[in-house]
Amino acid sequence: MACIEARELRKRFGGTVALDGISLRVTEGHILGLVGPNGAGKTTALNAMLGLTPYQGELRVLGHDPWTERDLLMRDVCFIADVAVLPRWIRVSHLLDYVAGVHPRFDRAKAEGFLTKTTIRLTTKVGELSKGVVTQLHLALVMAIDAKLLVLDEPTLGLDILYRKQFYDSLLSDYCDGSRTIVVATHQVEEIEHVITDLVFIDRGRIVFDSSMDGLESRYVEVLVHPARIDAARALRPMHERQGIGRRALLFEGVDRQRLAELGELRTPSLADLFVAVVGDHAGQAQEAHR
Amino acid sequence: MSTLAPTIAAAAPAGPAQTSTLRRFYWSVRRELWEYQAIYVAPVAVAALVLLGFLISTVHLAADLRAAALDPARQNDLLQRPYRYAAALIMLSTFIVGIFYCVEALYAERRDRSTLFWKSLPVSDVTAVIAKASIPLVILPLVTFAVTVATQLIILLLGTAVLSVSGANAATLWAHVPLLQMSWLLLYHLVTVHALWWAPFFGWLLLVSAWARRAPFLWATLPLVAISIVEKIAFDTTRFATMLQTRYNASREAVIAPGTLPIDPMTHLTPRVFLSSASLWLGLAVAAALLVAAVRLRRARGPI
Repeated sequence: MACIEARELRKRFGGTVALDGISLRVTEGHILGLVGPNGAGKTTALNAMLGLTPYQGELRVLGHDPWTERDLLMRDVCFIADVAVLPRWIRVSHLLDYVAGVHPRFDRAKAEGFLTKTTIRLTTKVGELSKGVVTQLHLALVMAIDAKLLVLDEPTLGLDILYRKQFYDSLLSDYCDGSRTIVVATHQVEEIEHVITDLVFIDRGRIVFDSSMDGLESRYVEVLVHPARIDAARALRPMHERQGIGRRALLFEGVDRQRLAELGELRTPSLADLFVAVVGDHAGQAQEAHR
Repeated sequence: MSTLAPTIAAAAPAGPAQTSTLRRFYWSVRRELWEYQAIYVAPVAVAALVLLGFLISTVHLAADLRAAALDPARQNDLLQRPYRYAAALIMLSTFIVGIFYCVEALYAERRDRSTLFWKSLPVSDVTAVIAKASIPLVILPLVTFAVTVATQLIILLLGTAVLSVSGANAATLWAHVPLLQMSWLLLYHLVTVHALWWAPFFGWLLLVSAWARRAPFLWATLPLVAISIVEKIAFDTTRFATMLQTRYNASREAVIAPGTLPIDPMTHLTPRVFLSSASLWLGLAVAAALLVAAVRLRRARGPI
């Protein structure tokens, strides 16, 4: 079943095109990574899905129209739209009271259980906590909500590496159960590499890459080519080429593995390299076309 | 509030994934009281000051009363004054709190980006805005009433004690201070003027609060001044300013001849005239329209 179904989403801010016809389908139980450079339209796309911004095009999230039915949608959707957006003036115990009061699927005991694993005390005010700890608190709240869809927009931006790692670790161990759908947008690809099941690259309001992680491993191969065989390798039309240590790393899409194996050592490309290959080239081409 | 809590909590249907609109509204109002503690701290603080002033005045109260023994009007004034002060000052404090509250209510959540958190919960923009509007229209009048009546009661008890100790006849005090009647008048005034008559003011402030990207207080006041000035220069009239002033000066229909000393003030209340006055309903319609606009703005506006 499709959790999110978007067709030809468009959005302009004055003269700037933020979404330039995005079509996307997220299936239940999948964890989608939405990766793009700053200003690519990630946040706008997520805001449209969460009913925070109006849009043109067709969009259904869990069968709801997000813009007109945000409150209904939020019974089944959770989101962390930015780092540390919890109100600074509120006491942690009041925060739990409030969410328990308004959210039918919030399990207060579960949230308090998560909090005992942290240094957060119920009498503390959010403003007294550091940014990383506020994120822990927000994640504890969100994980205690039995939602069908969780949307995360740069949830760890500006946090130190310990909190960033912990964030995704607890998400994987305490939240993901195979039936929940998660959409996470970030420009730090390496962070979500081992979390996601599907990957979308978005650049200047368009989807420039869309693949499952399984498909990605069979379709894309990076070959560390020995300098002597570089011409033969280039003849197979690599999508990207970069300098490795002593050898050049060429990235191929859909080329027979046996042929590539003759050229050098094969490996699965990292998402960062794939991102540079797809978005970097895309941006490069656009710049050339501009000239 | 606390006695209301279990009733409303129990009003929620028993279904596992249900919370009623009423329950969400109730918690939204609680939320406002956590954030804006001035809603009850300010009137209580003013009440404490009034009591302090009254306590100091009791040093010469008995002597003053003896001096005015032959002048019943003056005696009446002396005895009733602290109660009037208490009511007037507490009302003033909550009125000011109401203005600042409304200006902040839909602006602060965008400024501190917490709107992104509030909107991640299943509370509609309508519920959120109505909860915020209920602060100046319902909660503040109720708080004003409760704090004022409590303060007046304390003044009455303290006055009785002081007069008894000083040997004066405390019964004079009780004869001159119709506490029940004062409370009823106060409640009538709060409901008719503070809640109903001034509703469009609060609606306007909430609208600006939802709309402004910065300086909501200036946006709330300067356009009104600007319209008045342009009207004066363009047409040499002051209709807009007069309209605002009439609105602020409270309803003529709620009581007959305000400002005169009533023999029995209760006979001066004219709720039927008030409720059938066109300007009341026009004002409420304007307030409703402003709130609808505030709801739409809250839905569309993101953090700033």
